[in-house]
Amino acid sequence: MNRPVPASDMTAAPCPAPTPLRQRGQHEVFCGLTSVIWLHRKIQDAFFLIVGSRTCAHLMQSAAGVMIFAEPRFGTAIIEERDLAGMADMHDELDRVVDRLLSRRPDINMLVLVGSCPSEVIKFDLSRAAERLNEIHAPRHRVLSYSGSGIETTFTQGEDNFLAALVGRLPASRPDDSLSLLIVGSLADVVEDQFERIFTALGIDDVSFLPSRRSTDLPSVGPNTAFLLAQPFLNDTAGALKKRGARHISAPFPLGEGGTTAWLKAAADQFGIPAERFDAITLPGRERAKKAVDLYRDRLAGKRVFLFPDSQLEPSLARFLHCEAGAEIIEVGTPYLHRHNVAEEFALLPDSIQVSEGQDVDLQIDRCKAADPDLIICGMGLGNPFEAEGRTTKWSIEFVFSPIQGYEQAGDLAELFARPLKRRAALAVEA
Amino acid sequence: MQLTVWTYEGPPHVGAMRIASSMRDLHYVLHAPQGDTYADLLFTMIERRKSRPPVTYTTFQARDLGSDTAEIFKRACREAVERFKPQAVMVGASCTAELIQDDPGGLAKTLDLPVPVVPLELPSYQKKENWGAAETFYRLVRGFAGGRTPERKAGTKSCNILGPTALGFHNRDDVTEVRRLLDALGVPVNVVAPLGASPADLARLPDADFNIVLYPEIADVAARWLEREFKQPSVRTIPIGVNATKDFVRAVAEMAGVDPQPVLESGEERLSWYSVSIDSNYLTGKRVFVFGDATHAIAAARVAETELGFKVCGLGTYSREFARDVRAAAREYDVEPLISEDHLEIEDAIMAAQPELVLGTQMERHIAKRLRIACAVISAPIHVQDFPARYAPQMGFEGANVLFDTWVHPLMMGLEEHLLGMFREDFEFNDAADASHLAAVGDGSRPDAPAAVADLPSASDDAPRWSPDAEQELKKIPFFVRGKARRNTEQFAADGGLKTITVETLYDAKAHFGR
Repeated sequence: MNRPVPASDMTAAPCPAPTPLRQRGQHEVFCGLTSVIWLHRKIQDAFFLIVGSRTCAHLMQSAAGVMIFAEPRFGTAIIEERDLAGMADMHDELDRVVDRLLSRRPDINMLVLVGSCPSEVIKFDLSRAAERLNEIHAPRHRVLSYSGSGIETTFTQGEDNFLAALVGRLPASRPDDSLSLLIVGSLADVVEDQFERIFTALGIDDVSFLPSRRSTDLPSVGPNTAFLLAQPFLNDTAGALKKRGARHISAPFPLGEGGTTAWLKAAADQFGIPAERFDAITLPGRERAKKAVDLYRDRLAGKRVFLFPDSQLEPSLARFLHCEAGAEIIEVGTPYLHRHNVAEEFALLPDSIQVSEGQDVDLQIDRCKAADPDLIICGMGLGNPFEAEGRTTKWSIEFVFSPIQGYEQAGDLAELFARPLKRRAALAVEA
Repeated sequence: MQLTVWTYEGPPHVGAMRIASSMRDLHYVLHAPQGDTYADLLFTMIERRKSRPPVTYTTFQARDLGSDTAEIFKRACREAVERFKPQAVMVGASCTAELIQDDPGGLAKTLDLPVPVVPLELPSYQKKENWGAAETFYRLVRGFAGGRTPERKAGTKSCNILGPTALGFHNRDDVTEVRRLLDALGVPVNVVAPLGASPADLARLPDADFNIVLYPEIADVAARWLEREFKQPSVRTIPIGVNATKDFVRAVAEMAGVDPQPVLESGEERLSWYSVSIDSNYLTGKRVFVFGDATHAIAAARVAETELGFKVCGLGTYSREFARDVRAAAREYDVEPLISEDHLEIEDAIMAAQPELVLGTQMERHIAKRLRIACAVISAPIHVQDFPARYAPQMGFEGANVLFDTWVHPLMMGLEEHLLGMFREDFEFNDAADASHLAAVGDGSRPDAPAAVADLPSASDDAPRWSPDAEQELKKIPFFVRGKARRNTEQFAADGGLKTITVETLYDAKAHFGR
């Protein structure tokens, strides 16, 4: 058990994604800063300090959709006129802000400097700042940096950049360590616990998660690490892990019964788990997931669905809707298409669907209206205007902020799609 | 560089978006990177607007920098005008585009567009949302009304209502209520702007005889220009509260040359009688801390002190542009004005003032909740709850009725307060107890009891020390006034040079300060 198998066995099914429609225009998507909203809760001893403008600060409080109940572990160092005019040295200013912050929050073990559009455009060297601050504050507070700027990243790519930066800080595993499994990408704590139980039952004992819940518990990585992506948007992180010698286990993403089984199976095969054992361990979960999704299948089967780009989860969501809920997919929009990462998803989708990468939102709205779908998956800026026209929508951001992965959440995922349809049917009012 | 975990105002281009979204047949082309579109959801989610805000974002990316960001702007501008066919287009930059200095105004001019272009220069690293909205409104008014010859009718005098906007605090209902007052006075409304106006309507602004400035944060600059340019005087009384509404009615009547008496005597408001009625006695002298934009904070302080009989124990604003007005008002109530955008500083001020009611923004509502102080929201920044389904103006006589309900209901009712005072040792009355109707589900403890915050003894070493008996007696005082009693007693002891606070000291202090 836990014997490494040759890397050649791990390659993905060679089924490339269809050629996407690429249009250039207004992108109605969040920038990478927004991923701080879940990252700062996921890692309980980290503070994310955005170095940016008032717009960045306003984005964070508006997009988070909530006011401050508990003091959040993120903030913005707002660049001001005097910084830009050279009247103040920005590195000195940042040191001052960081000192104030760390004296207020001595419990913070990891300070993460997050680059923004303005800091990138003025070429403010955050990695140098992070190195300098690390020299001052480590080991008590470790400092690292990444960019979440909108000129380089959309929404979930912020997590990709952060994790890629974090990979550089992971301790190296020892050459004589046995094969270990690393699950990469933020998951709800409850989902992590479920997966951990399944892996343990399968006989894969050395399982860790990136990001870890505490910055002081970072997993080690090396040639004897095999990693499985839990989220589709982690292209750079996967690259950084490969550079550290880790091996990528290619799989569909763990959405729905089929996705979860294929995902777990890819890991199980890596670790030489016998098929009978895999089936025995996963059977109860598979049955529960099917049963739970079946509750919503009537509501979703045959429904025509249009997905606007948001989180890069779109191909996986479309696969779930098509394969497990019987929906018909009209268009799958995604901010970026990492062909290799989602090849296994497209292998399960019909060729007829329109795939689009990037966005011209006005033209995409035109296409959507012409197609007149039963359900539109879109962001919060578009939802109510569509609803006011009598169309039914689902906020895409909820797929990022809800536990949807794994067997026990398959029904919840189906329910997220079914709820707006159920609500439309239940309401005897017109907007 | 300023460390911020919360902002009361967005950047100035969001102010410009509020003007664009308020108006009809106007489009805003914003040179901005991907991500700045988040601002759309302020309108579609918070205000539940049924259409997308009339804003096109250019969405330039890192790879475009230094090559063709100007071309991207030109294309977006041309296509937006073709698609949306506005009467006019505003062009400008968000914070990032400001740094790359593409000059949207200059670029738009080269496009030979079939509609007028209003260029906006809103310095993102100096100014904020309300300033941006005021500047945008002024540029538009100047652009469309400039050079016009007023067409005024002899006889009846008409007015413009200036200042209500999208994402304004209860602006939708305030306009309805103010229009109702003007109807009753027989004063015709020429234009309401920016809310609901088109660029063509702005061109008609000079036709009115006078302006009503409902919201100076937005309309003051434009109104002053109209005053200079077209000799249009302004009514600047904000009709929030009974007396301010009456002042407003008199000011409008004087400007329009009509009789205010029928409206003043119409008796539509109930605040006055409710406030006089004996059940309101318990409101007397309740300490209230007021914080918001300048307009609402100043108005709220007046209503609180003179119409509800509260005592203003703190007054502040985040509107630096109107700090002078707030300072003047604070002098009237003998409190130190608080001009700040740092919510932590405001939290400290609230803790120090020990109010029984906070009238603030959503931020102060959270602070008050943590401190377990009653609170009502009186001002933007806007929240989805500030767009109630029901009619809920802040202005006019109906607005006064709304204020009475909204501010008084969070407070403990008179009899409830008396019972707490009489039977302090009832096991369900102490501040660690859950509400009695929740006894079945609660565990009886409240780990987050903010009394712990409001109730901390003084830190300094030479401060008078509490004897155990006195400490025990202090706990018998209801939690919502205990902080005040502690502070008064410590002050009394310090003034008298006492080293130890006894039960006697506690009651001496009570006699000294009164309630």
